[in-house]
Amino acid sequence: MNPFPSFESRMLLFVRDNVDTDQIFPARFLKTISKAGLGHQLFRDWRYDHQGNPRPDFVFNRPEAQGTQVLLAGHNFGCGSSREHAVWALVQFGFRAVISTSFADIFQQNALKNALLPIVVSGEQHTRLCGLAAAEPTATVRVDLASQQVGLPNGEVLHFPVDSFAKYCLLEGVDEIGYIERHEAQIAGFESKRSERTSRRS
Amino acid sequence: MNSARTLFEKVWGEHAVAEGEGLPTLLYIDLHLIHEVTTPQAFEGLRRAGRKVRRPDLTFGTTDHSVPTTNRSLPILDHQAAAQLERFEANCRNFEIPFYGLQSNQQGIVHVIGPELGMTRPGMTIVCGDSHTSTHGAFGALAFGIGSSEVEQVLATQCLLQRKPRVCEIEISGTRRPGVAAKDIILALIARIGVDGCTGHVIEYTGSAIRALDMEERMTVCNMSIEAGARAGMIAPDDTTFEYLGGRPFAPQGKDWEAAMAAWRQLPTEDGASYHRRFSMDAGGLEPMITFGTNPGMGIPISAPVPDPASLSDGRTRDSLDQALRYMGLEPGRPLLGHPINVVFIGSCTNSRLSDLRSAAAVLKGRKVHPGTRVIVVPGSQQVKRQAEAEGLDSVFRDAGADWREPGCSMCIAMNGDELRPGEYCVTTSNRNFEGRQGPGGRSFLASPLTAAASAITGVVTDARTWL
Repeated sequence: MNPFPSFESRMLLFVRDNVDTDQIFPARFLKTISKAGLGHQLFRDWRYDHQGNPRPDFVFNRPEAQGTQVLLAGHNFGCGSSREHAVWALVQFGFRAVISTSFADIFQQNALKNALLPIVVSGEQHTRLCGLAAAEPTATVRVDLASQQVGLPNGEVLHFPVDSFAKYCLLEGVDEIGYIERHEAQIAGFESKRSERTSRRS
Repeated sequence: MNSARTLFEKVWGEHAVAEGEGLPTLLYIDLHLIHEVTTPQAFEGLRRAGRKVRRPDLTFGTTDHSVPTTNRSLPILDHQAAAQLERFEANCRNFEIPFYGLQSNQQGIVHVIGPELGMTRPGMTIVCGDSHTSTHGAFGALAFGIGSSEVEQVLATQCLLQRKPRVCEIEISGTRRPGVAAKDIILALIARIGVDGCTGHVIEYTGSAIRALDMEERMTVCNMSIEAGARAGMIAPDDTTFEYLGGRPFAPQGKDWEAAMAAWRQLPTEDGASYHRRFSMDAGGLEPMITFGTNPGMGIPISAPVPDPASLSDGRTRDSLDQALRYMGLEPGRPLLGHPINVVFIGSCTNSRLSDLRSAAAVLKGRKVHPGTRVIVVPGSQQVKRQAEAEGLDSVFRDAGADWREPGCSMCIAMNGDELRPGEYCVTTSNRNFEGRQGPGGRSFLASPLTAAASAITGVVTDARTWL
């Protein structure tokens, strides 16, 4: 994985609470065996009607959605199914960060493993960001993982929490499996201790 | 210092391979269940990195999500599903993973076969690329859903990097009234605490109403823990657990069984152990529950009116409710009782076990399903199907005019062609009423097998207690 650099982007305002991963990536597209081409199915049933025509009023179909790297989402974003396809589709659409007041646990883990930064802000900060995005849709924010800051156009800075290990992996481009493999001696030791214990029982 | 530990802390502690200041725990995984949908990208990752599956002997594969529930001797018409199933079988074969495919007499929904084969046991760590892995917590295992990257981690190392979650005790007391099912307990709980009520937590269910549940009912409760935001739900093992497990194919035998039981008896939370949060609910006052909205937290007692957005003061909550009612085509202030339905689905990892089928069959026996209502009954596994057929339940369903199918996830996730048409209403025993979950534009009312069966007869949402 490549290291996660800081970046600047407009925010796409999509404040609906409890958006589940079935909306982000509908189940009927889970029959793929690849990670490629999933961006087209992002929010498929909210972006298109049953005949496949785009719904022009849906925010992801508006021109300003293109090229936006920050999604400003509602509370408990990504709840429901564990499908990582939801994260892959968001990343392929172009997002590199999602800002919300909370994320579902599995979604948050999946996001961190795909360099989609889940940024948790307070309710009050969220309201302010929404106000900013609504009033000035072209306003950009600067996302910096190293300092754990979102910089606003007026110079104000919001700090956000991030898991220290996930941060290290994102900034250094660490392969987590490779990291675990460095614990081989401990894993093997654990396994042999367990099998001894099991054999004592028999 | 308080050294009393919870069930969760014991299981976690037993599986911590490595821990370090500020670092996530390296957690050893005892059982990794895999299926066709969330693994192809993980196996591809392994292949690309030249890695092997570390413990194929601790990994088990079955096909459930995209499989047809119709005649298995026919070719699969959906070429994408067929290709995914083929790829999965090839991956299991190439990496030497035991595989219970469509031709196996043990095939079934992954969360049904794990327990019924005795693979799921107290004190284990169990993961699967499926959020309803929480089901297995009914045995006092720590079981949770993971994404495909984590599936790849476990395949490669048999370990997962995890931060220790907090633990929430949910105590459910009281005695259920007749006609109130385990499904109603969990729907009532989620309606109270919300779909994010336990985010960041593992739930431990305690209390007399939980102790009184049989294993299949406990699985129904733990299954939907994820719908309250909890990755896992756990119930301490007891004699009910041991009685269920004894003699199952993968359960320990003879002297091993005695030793295992002695160890399992040490697992329950000790007196004085503390939880990060607690919540309690009385099951005695519950009515059968049904959902009216587009997430599992939008549930009401079956005789209650659909809530009115105008009665809510918070704008965001009001908008959510308003959007849900618009999608569902429902008017606030009126009960769902009597609302016409098109389809009834009895199945899914929540409610497709023998006792679920028995309770639906008890209502349907000697009766006919409403002529305008499609009813499909999908057993959770080949074993459940055989047992049900041995008891004649298949005849009860068929004679009533319902479809009796082959095992799989079916209309819970609607990947296999079993789906609602746009606008259709379905009383379903599954776990998610999200928009389009059962087919684009479909509208789902989550309920117990009893409610589903009674509604199948009348063609409208029905309180089963009038039929018992």
